[in-house]
Amino acid sequence: MATSKVTTASFDSDVLKSSTPVLVDFWAEWCGPCRAVGPILEEISDEYGSKIKIVKLNTDEESAIAIKYGITSIPSMYVFVNGEVVKQIVGAKPKPALLKDLESFLA
Amino acid sequence: MSEVRNVVIVGSGPAGYTAAIYAARAQLNPIIYEGSVTAGGALMNTTEVENFPGFKDGVMGPDLMDSMRKQAKRFGAELITDDIVEMDLSGDIKILKDGSGNTVKAKSVILATGSAYREIGLVNEKRLSGHGVSWCATCDGFFFRGQTIAVVGGGDSAVEEATFLTRFADKVVLIHRRDSLRASKIMAERAKANPKIEFLWNTEVIDVLGTDKVEGLKLRNTVDGTESEQAFTGLFVAIGHIPRSELLIGQITLDNEGYVICEGRSTRTNLKGVFACGDLVDHTYRQAITAAGSGCAAALDAEKFLAH
Repeated sequence: MATSKVTTASFDSDVLKSSTPVLVDFWAEWCGPCRAVGPILEEISDEYGSKIKIVKLNTDEESAIAIKYGITSIPSMYVFVNGEVVKQIVGAKPKPALLKDLESFLA
Repeated sequence: MSEVRNVVIVGSGPAGYTAAIYAARAQLNPIIYEGSVTAGGALMNTTEVENFPGFKDGVMGPDLMDSMRKQAKRFGAELITDDIVEMDLSGDIKILKDGSGNTVKAKSVILATGSAYREIGLVNEKRLSGHGVSWCATCDGFFFRGQTIAVVGGGDSAVEEATFLTRFADKVVLIHRRDSLRASKIMAERAKANPKIEFLWNTEVIDVLGTDKVEGLKLRNTVDGTESEQAFTGLFVAIGHIPRSELLIGQITLDNEGYVICEGRSTRTNLKGVFACGDLVDHTYRQAITAAGSGCAAALDAEKFLAH
């Protein structure tokens, strides 16, 4: 399944109250590494959508949430389980490296 | 894939794309591995490039790379957005493996993997990376709005980052271990005239302080050894680059800093049919235009090699 967009309004229901793990991709249009990692996250979402939900949060539009979670570098990919951040991945990585980081959620 | 290609290009900055343009126009049917997250190279993380000839009003780094990429494509270069993770360059037929597990064979290889950011080498620098420590002002500057941040380094990239960061930060302190900048005059003058930039000369960063995020830096004066602490919420590291030659160790002759050694003014490495260009070979100039020039030379050297 394709990734979806998350906003301040939908963050609670889409991320914090989700029954499956959620990876939030903090990104922005002007960030080169974010654009590089975007298609990789789409592929992971297509292949593992039943295990992990991948949503994208635009830090320009939703800066309050980015600040709340202390984001200082993008792309930052935080995995939430039961409303808590359980994994933080910072910086664009090739697909095999990302899959390895996410291993425990994809099994 | 059992087909043997004429030339495989590894890396996609100005050097790799220029090599692809020339090799494609020479009908060599090149294939270029752009890198899965590094496609476009270092210029993808820059803003305005003011010194690339032909662009009298400047050009955005990512736009310049996009144009080069399209130009290579227009002449038939095959572009693959993946990494090369293994290379066997010793035989007449070179064998390369990509990140998806595919193998490609070729009679010649052009190496243009560029360079990566150099780290200071502090434990806490790594630990707080992404939590206040950054190597990319254009990516991360936005998150430091209204704050006081440090940039370490004295070259063009440090000065460019410091200048760019003043768009967001209240104060940017440029920390340099010498007493003058290595940066080009025009950029240094611009930084010195910027009221938001302060300079901390003869100073090195010896520790990054903070539990979950950067809260300050421990500094040492390089002249008298005095140590001090200063509060910062961000640290941008711009102390140069290291060549991305890790896959070549043991195969290609490298100098003691890891740069590929080429024969004379050519792009020929010690292995027949293997050529190197761009930041991977360049200690000295490290400009988009010099990288592009050496990418052109590599394609011409490869063409000549294949004709014999």
